[in-house]
Amino acid sequence: MPAQADAIEVFFELNGEPTTVSVPASDRLLDTLRYDLGLPGTKEGCGEGECGACTVYLDGLPVNSCLVPTYQVRGRRVATVESLDPAELDDLHAAGATQCGACTPGVAMTARWICEHPEVLARHTVRQLMAGNLCRCTGYDGIVDGIEATLAREGK
Amino acid sequence: MPVLTPESLEEACRLLAADPGAVPMAGGTDLLVHWPQNLDAHGRTYLDLSRLDELRPLRWTDDALVLGALTTYWDVIRDPRAGEEFPLLIAAGRQVGAVQIQARGTWAGNVVNASPAADGVPVLMAYDAVVELASAEGTEEVPLDAFYLGYKRMRRRGDQLVAAIRLPRRAYDVAIFEKVGSRRAQAIAKVGLALTRSAAGWRVVAASMAPTVCRCRALEKLLTDGAAVASPDDLLAAIRQDVKPIDDVRSTAAYRERVMARVLYHALLGKAESFG
Repeated sequence: MPAQADAIEVFFELNGEPTTVSVPASDRLLDTLRYDLGLPGTKEGCGEGECGACTVYLDGLPVNSCLVPTYQVRGRRVATVESLDPAELDDLHAAGATQCGACTPGVAMTARWICEHPEVLARHTVRQLMAGNLCRCTGYDGIVDGIEATLAREGK
Repeated sequence: MPVLTPESLEEACRLLAADPGAVPMAGGTDLLVHWPQNLDAHGRTYLDLSRLDELRPLRWTDDALVLGALTTYWDVIRDPRAGEEFPLLIAAGRQVGAVQIQARGTWAGNVVNASPAADGVPVLMAYDAVVELASAEGTEEVPLDAFYLGYKRMRRRGDQLVAAIRLPRRAYDVAIFEKVGSRRAQAIAKVGLALTRSAAGWRVVAASMAPTVCRCRALEKLLTDGAAVASPDDLLAAIRQDVKPIDDVRSTAAYRERVMARVLYHALLGKAESFG
């Protein structure tokens, strides 16, 4: 197989829909989502995999989309914050877990993943699982309280 | 940015033989840091490993745990058997970033990134890991404690790919991982230590204390001989034989040496008979 120097055709599942995009091999998933596919909900914070603002699900696991080359998602499943039900933010809002909003899409993604995976919660604390989402406004207590409220409401 | 996209290990080895300068890419968590600003890296050729399903799973054999080159930290963290037999893999895996990194980063990537401050490498080394290198010429096995030749230099030819990391299954009566960083989560180690004892003897491995993660053989000998250790200071002579810490952006040589002695002493108090 020759080296693919130019655009790579990437066929994958995005928020449940089959999607095709043609991008340079050097493009990051974060930029493809925001600038090629019109999904600006995913934010860039640090660009080094530390802050979690760009969290998306790749095959069901939270990952930093700033560290995923788009060509690697061919044939795989990607979900972004746009796939969440806005009502899922209610508990976070009520607990004071949102302020400037820069971290919120990533926080919401990791929070939803935690709530859908009680088996992971059996071996980790909410705080450990949220360690990859930095928030400079709220001080984290509200975020943890909001997630615990959702868990309690959903009986998990 | 040219990318080679093999569909099998055999094809990957063939492509690498033809272009030994190509950079293998698994999860990309090291290679893509600050990617838009890192223009030099855009000109290199990459070898995409993400489609090589044969390298993905971790595998148990009668006498080994085999981490395929694509096995992630998360794959190990969620494997209940790994927690029972190799608890330090879980302890160290959970120290690598947070779940977003653990889901993408690979153990093999940690080995070839060759950071002296790696979290995964010290525990692999304390478990006597062997690196399996594949190439069109065949397979070569290198013990991890002999893999590093110097800062970011290792015994891997350009045409060789890390295909797996193999850990012998043994009974351990001591298994300790200690990491000192600036904060509890998402920090890079100022001092990292992995300690084990099995029928094969003591293993003491230090991170962030030398140009590479390394075995500390003077300390291992001190433990094997059962020399009396009454305080952290009694470890300093051996530490100075084993490692050469430096002053850098994260810490100082003096701090690292002092902390290594204290962490080691307190970790082993009650575990090593000659301590206390």
